[in-house]
Amino acid sequence: MNKMQKALRELAEMDELAAQNSIIHRLCPTAKLLATVLYIAVVLSFGKYQLSGLAVLLLWPVLLFQLSGIPVHICFYKLRIVLPLVLAVGLFNPFFDRAILLRLGPLAVSGGFISMLTLMLKGLLCLMASFLLMATTNFDSLCASLRKLHIPGMLVTLLLLTYRYVGVMTEELAVMTEAYSLRAPGQKGLQVSAWGSFLGQLLLRSMDRAQELYASMLLRGYHEHFHYAPMKPFGPGDVVYLALSALFFLVLRFVPAAQLLGNLLLR
Amino acid sequence: MHMADALLAPTVAAAMYVASGTAAGVSIHKLRKEDAPQKLPVMAVSAALVFAGQMINYTIPGTGSSGHMCGGMLLSALLGPQAGFLSMIVILTIQCLFFADGGLMALGANIWNMAFYGCFVGYYLLWRPILRSRLFKGLGVKGAQRSRIILASVAGCVLTLQLGAFSVVLETSLSGITDLPLGAFCALMQPIHLAIGLIEGLITAAVLLFVYESRPELLSGLSPAEDSLPAKRSLKATVAILAVLVLMVGGGLSLLASSNPDGLEWALFGNADAGYSENMGLDEENFGVSSAAAEKAGAVQEVTSFLPDYAFQGSDSAAGTSVSGIVGSAMVAGAAVLICLAGGFFRRRKANSHKH
Repeated sequence: MNKMQKALRELAEMDELAAQNSIIHRLCPTAKLLATVLYIAVVLSFGKYQLSGLAVLLLWPVLLFQLSGIPVHICFYKLRIVLPLVLAVGLFNPFFDRAILLRLGPLAVSGGFISMLTLMLKGLLCLMASFLLMATTNFDSLCASLRKLHIPGMLVTLLLLTYRYVGVMTEELAVMTEAYSLRAPGQKGLQVSAWGSFLGQLLLRSMDRAQELYASMLLRGYHEHFHYAPMKPFGPGDVVYLALSALFFLVLRFVPAAQLLGNLLLR
Repeated sequence: MHMADALLAPTVAAAMYVASGTAAGVSIHKLRKEDAPQKLPVMAVSAALVFAGQMINYTIPGTGSSGHMCGGMLLSALLGPQAGFLSMIVILTIQCLFFADGGLMALGANIWNMAFYGCFVGYYLLWRPILRSRLFKGLGVKGAQRSRIILASVAGCVLTLQLGAFSVVLETSLSGITDLPLGAFCALMQPIHLAIGLIEGLITAAVLLFVYESRPELLSGLSPAEDSLPAKRSLKATVAILAVLVLMVGGGLSLLASSNPDGLEWALFGNADAGYSENMGLDEENFGVSSAAAEKAGAVQEVTSFLPDYAFQGSDSAAGTSVSGIVGSAMVAGAAVLICLAGGFFRRRKANSHKH
């Protein structure tokens, strides 16, 4: 399976997840989008040593995973993209920041080590939140709610159209790559003689296709306006969800819940 | 180069959203004035093509490794800078939403680092001036144009990737995420991206040359008629040569950075005592980030990351509360496990009741 086929499978997987039905799936996309953005903002606002404060925020995505019935392992598969970059930046912290922050018996933990763990946890939490948003929300209705949030129509229409064509183009390139690799056995990747023509050929064909696409849009009555998916109303359930989430985030941002819990237990 | 959310402080992320949003707003305004609705499907299809094309492995001759294509220069050469910029935004958004390639909050920064430089800086500073210049006049009309396309693509990709990599360094340092000194971070990022930019430039040039050979009218920024160029175009040639010089100096600088990181830091930012907000102030003039936001970002960053620094270091009480923090976190983990067990229990019961 080549890279493009993998990407196609990943796209299809997200579509299938979003088509499921659960309490979270039924919420209005606007509420989910706002809650997700707020969550990520709160996660990022934690300082680099506030590991225990951050840990409590793990409860929100865990609860959502359970409520929506989305399997966690698909999310962890996507960590392979997030973690290397975060690690590349964070891995240096233990070397530069050697001040001892904490002693656990004989074990001295440096500030750099804690800040590295905080960074990794932040990466994980943010990934979970945005993955949950996409796994429980149909892309068309997400675009409709983007439009509601006054994102320019041109951008949203472009997003929808591109999303539609990402599948088509990736599939076409997957077939081309497969065909190329069958005719060039034992070679890794595209040889220099085909650098231009491989993508260029498809590009020229695609430009013609875009003209046809525009013609067919016109024939179906397209006139500067795009009809989005039917918008789910922002109901009382959405208000409750958004309010509860916001309350949870803000309380945990300013109350060191983990430490309070720990004190309670240690006392 | 896609930044993850974890690498940014919320203030920096917001400032980058404002910057990218402004550029997007200006682009949309310009495209609306153009009034070319047929351009929308072309943009969508090109964006989808570049999205897929970024997954092709290009074998680099003579080495075992492979390179990839950068979309910004290709899209702005095909669609013009504004339409190219919007298409890049859409590609980055889809990568972020469906593939977790770059975070939701970091999207503004990613658009700035990868789309803004590639589409606007690369196009206006290098692509158009070089293509309309009289460089390589001796090679005949076609040969000259081919050479110009190669030069513009390579120079454009190298320059925009250098700028992008430098922005990644600045944004991460400004967010107080890494303890890596700015100079050392630059020394890590810039030389790698010099090599990447060179390869990406060559790939972009190959694709654009193919388009030029078969359908030259698709390329944007090409001079209208080859022979009827007015004589004052030589000014543009000067600009192009200057740009190449800047590029070479930039490349040299990044090599210098690798051998002497502290020197670069000193050269760019005076001394280490000057705060990051001053650094951002310097950056703002070059990159157009609004200064109020930049100052605020600097100020808030100091509050969010410097204060815990001083409060925590070496104080015994901090260590004491940290132990209770660990115990509390363990309890939270226990609660998370309980939630999972409960969820599993209810789902099983539901499945059973469906069976009966």
